[in-house]
Amino acid sequence: MGQEAGEEWTAAAALQPALLKFDRLLRFMSTFSDSLTTAVGLITSGDPGLWAVVLRSLAVSATACAIACGLGLLAGARLATARFAGRGALLTLLNTSLAVPSVVVGLVVYLLLSRSGPLGFLGWLFSFQAMVVAQTLLVLPLVTALTRQVVEDAENSHGEQLRSLGAGNGLRAVLLAWDERYALLTVLLTAFGRAVSEVGAVMVVGGNIEGFTRVMTTAIALETSKGDLPLALGLGLVLLAVVLVLNALVSLLRRWGERAEGGSPVMVAA
Amino acid sequence: MTDMSDMTSLQREPEVQLPAGPICLALRQADVRLGITGQVHALRGVDLRIGVGERVALVGSNGSGKSTLLRTLHGLVPLAAGSLARSPDLRVAMLFQRPYLMRLSVLNNIALGLWLQGVPRRSAVTLAREALQRVGMEDLAQRNARALSGGQLQRLALARAWVLRPSVWLLDEPTASLDPHAKHEVEALIADFCAQPEQQTPATLVFASHNLGQVKRLASRVIYLERGRLLVDLPVHEFFNPERLQAVCPGAHLFLQGESL
Repeated sequence: MGQEAGEEWTAAAALQPALLKFDRLLRFMSTFSDSLTTAVGLITSGDPGLWAVVLRSLAVSATACAIACGLGLLAGARLATARFAGRGALLTLLNTSLAVPSVVVGLVVYLLLSRSGPLGFLGWLFSFQAMVVAQTLLVLPLVTALTRQVVEDAENSHGEQLRSLGAGNGLRAVLLAWDERYALLTVLLTAFGRAVSEVGAVMVVGGNIEGFTRVMTTAIALETSKGDLPLALGLGLVLLAVVLVLNALVSLLRRWGERAEGGSPVMVAA
Repeated sequence: MTDMSDMTSLQREPEVQLPAGPICLALRQADVRLGITGQVHALRGVDLRIGVGERVALVGSNGSGKSTLLRTLHGLVPLAAGSLARSPDLRVAMLFQRPYLMRLSVLNNIALGLWLQGVPRRSAVTLAREALQRVGMEDLAQRNARALSGGQLQRLALARAWVLRPSVWLLDEPTASLDPHAKHEVEALIADFCAQPEQQTPATLVFASHNLGQVKRLASRVIYLERGRLLVDLPVHEFFNPERLQAVCPGAHLFLQGESL
């Protein structure tokens, strides 16, 4: 009798790790389904608090992207066609700046905007403007470097032909950037994705103040630290949904543009 | 192992053709190096004088320096050594093997060339329409230029060049990869544009080609290049005389035999 009980115990003990794994999987699935339900609930409920955070996130990132794109597209296109001493070193620095962590950018902006910093007189720390400045500095190298690459590839393939028609360096930069506008739309999307999904810079310079500087990513970080994982994951899904809608819109814009131009460029001139 | 005939052809000095009339383009001991470190010696000591109204064909195998020579004559490639002299007020148009057309309508692609030369937009559009009519593409004016066929693309590129009223045409294999019908159309346009009946003197034509029939039809003078060196410079009838070519440059004779197969 005792021997049989011992065998049962041994069998149960052998099953235990597998049961634990199964239990963890079930809990994860449950959290994930809770999150999905929460995300759908958040979107459909029209909760003003949530929509304020979503709109603030979009406003900060869109403003930062607009400024960074205005500067980065021009700088990147110009760099693509310009030839000058030290260009190689500048490109290396530019490409290195792509790897700067967002929290370091936040720290630099914090130092600039803090009361004792050179821009402290603006009084922008822990404000919408501070978050815009931080995200602009974060995505500017990205837009510049990717634009430079796209336009330089076009310059290598077609620059000589435009030169033969009389286009100088500056004009070639503008013409090639215009011609590569659909590729550059992807660059803009990448920049927006980087801006809207970063948490380090906005957390440092914005401070995650409810109703004032709280954005999607800082809200997710806060809910995670409070242990409300379904809400955190739900907010993450809302963020993804927003980016998905933007991607779809850009895709539609591209298709519409190609159609309006009288046919898709099936025969791309090399 | 280097072919003996190659060695002979590389060592022989070319007989230099001197144009009868005034000279519009002259290269003296031109050296061109390509690549980031200049590792590719694309042209070596090229001496060439091209007269106004001449029709010069550049022949040679792939990589012999034909395209580089055309780009050098245009001034698109800097010289590592030697000099390029061009007569003043020379308007040079260059047509590339695969013309680059912008993501614009056919009409706007032509107008762009004019706009880059400082012609106001309204006049540019009028002139562009005229150019399209000249190449028989007026009905395609609003079509996306990148949706054209290969033959239409070359005709459009010719119209874009013609509208600038060039006095020198530099064409890099203008009919390569075109079907016989399109080839014939483009060739007729080239001949017509270079004859330029509206002007007193015909335009100068320098073109690279692998099509020997085209060379016979369009050129009055043939230049043979090999590994960046100008080895033969003969009137077209002498170039296609096997005994004469064999005597001048056995390497070119071999090349011609290969191309004729």
